[in-house]
Amino acid sequence: MSRISQDNAVAGSRMTRALIYTVLIFFVIYYLLPLYVMVANSFKPLDEIRGGDLMALPNVWTLEPWRDAWSNAQIGVEATGLKPYFMNSFMIVIPAVTLSTIVGALNGYVLTKWQFKGHGAVFAMLLLSCFIPFQIVLIPAAKVLGFLGISGTIQGLILIHFVYGIGFSTLFFRNYYAAFPTELIRAAQIDGASFMQIFMRILLPSSGPIIVVTVIWQFTNQWNDFLFGASFSGFDSTPMTVALNNLVNSSTGVKEYNVHFAGAIMAALPTLFVYIVSGRYFVRGLMAGAVKG
Amino acid sequence: MKFLIQRWIPRLVLAPSFLLVVLFVYGFILYTGYLSMTDSKMLPSYGWVGFENYSRLFGLRHWNTAVTNLAIFGILYIGISSALGLFLAILLDQKIRAEGFIRPIYLYPMALSFIVTGTAWKWFLDPGIGIENTMHAWGWASFHFDWIKNRDYAIYTVVMAAVWQSSGFVMAMFLAGLRGVDNEIIKAAQIDGASGVTIYRRIIIPMMRPVFLSAFVVLAHLAIKAYDLVIALTGGGPGRATELPATFMYSYTFTRNQMGVGASSAIIMLIMIFSIIVPYVYSELKSGDQQ
Repeated sequence: MSRISQDNAVAGSRMTRALIYTVLIFFVIYYLLPLYVMVANSFKPLDEIRGGDLMALPNVWTLEPWRDAWSNAQIGVEATGLKPYFMNSFMIVIPAVTLSTIVGALNGYVLTKWQFKGHGAVFAMLLLSCFIPFQIVLIPAAKVLGFLGISGTIQGLILIHFVYGIGFSTLFFRNYYAAFPTELIRAAQIDGASFMQIFMRILLPSSGPIIVVTVIWQFTNQWNDFLFGASFSGFDSTPMTVALNNLVNSSTGVKEYNVHFAGAIMAALPTLFVYIVSGRYFVRGLMAGAVKG
Repeated sequence: MKFLIQRWIPRLVLAPSFLLVVLFVYGFILYTGYLSMTDSKMLPSYGWVGFENYSRLFGLRHWNTAVTNLAIFGILYIGISSALGLFLAILLDQKIRAEGFIRPIYLYPMALSFIVTGTAWKWFLDPGIGIENTMHAWGWASFHFDWIKNRDYAIYTVVMAAVWQSSGFVMAMFLAGLRGVDNEIIKAAQIDGASGVTIYRRIIIPMMRPVFLSAFVVLAHLAIKAYDLVIALTGGGPGRATELPATFMYSYTFTRNQMGVGASSAIIMLIMIFSIIVPYVYSELKSGDQQ
């Protein structure tokens, strides 16, 4: 078969092509504009923002808003800036992502290579759990965290993110391992390899791409979570998104827009960094989350 | 003996996840369902009241506002994101030289937290410092745009921010779909003399039906869950103008001390999502088995 080019370009005149490029560039501006506004205004003194033109570059460049957002801004009781909350988010997200990825890999392995009676029903239950509105679990989850003595702690949020991350991790690994040749597993079994040996020596070494997809997906979702953070965090376990919202929407004092913008960029940087470094995998995860089966 | 161990290890490995999900998802759903039929106020309490919370819920103007807003928001958000996503995907599919540069720019908002998006758009749309003020500074003195402060229009600003965040992702879904189209079909149609527009209208876009379905499911699910964006952008205001079921549930449960009503609103949200997701997941699993 001859190589087919992938796109479905329809031959058009030079005019049409110019028009297409114009529209595409218009939307480049549309998507970049809010980011530009945040960045440009995070380097302006406050009176310059109040004075007008949100679109202009700063007349006077200043790092003050960034310093304030990071270490001086009043969030909650103390004027600590966003720094401790930024750290909280990492302390919550790193263990939760690690746990849900490992558990998801093992689940995917069992559900594809060690199928037992009822494996389909188990998978369906895990899959459906990905899509529940989390409002439905808020009240009982608060009770259970209280019962375990970890309400308002980092540990409590790790547990919550881990548990509600299992479904997607399992989905990713299950779909990936389903395509892995089962004959290899059977051959290894005949040679006497154990359950864990097969996983560690045969499946894991070729799981690189799906591990990346899962880690990115879980990291992005958990870092960006607001509902669980707002519901279950205490004053020393508040994650970044909740702190940012408190900073921006606190009703007291002068509205320091430049500090808000700097804070918003800080909250966005970790996930943006991941996206820029590994955009391909990020997209694959999004797609896998949308197209199941 | 070894055989027996090998047989049970897989189930033991899966068991903790299974139990956690049974408890934290399905058990919690049952518990919330139970609470929705009790007289719980500030704390869970177990006086049985049957469907009273539901009839109260449906009688509340606040809830009706939230549901109406969800309908407006959902229809516009899904409609505009799908249309824009498809449009941009078709344009990007025309052998665009800078595609590798443009595509990631369209998609990056999906990596951001809704709180970040909300903050950016909140000040961008704010009449005091945002776009209105900027237009005045540029000399367009009569320019007026205060939707975010206007009870009748504020919900549309939520749509604007949400479309900005998700349309690039829908574009990526459609682009993947378009790249899967066998272009022999297109060449054949071109030989038959069909114009570019006709080919898209009659052949390619109808072939995108599964992508439309996936996009619909993803966006509908995001719309029903939408909470963070409203909180960051408008806080549900002005007044209650941008309340959605998700914000309603939170405020009734945790700030207004009407946990029974809050639980019943959560159950309604679950029913909305499951009525979309369950048939979809079922058909996907079934078609997966057939392959």
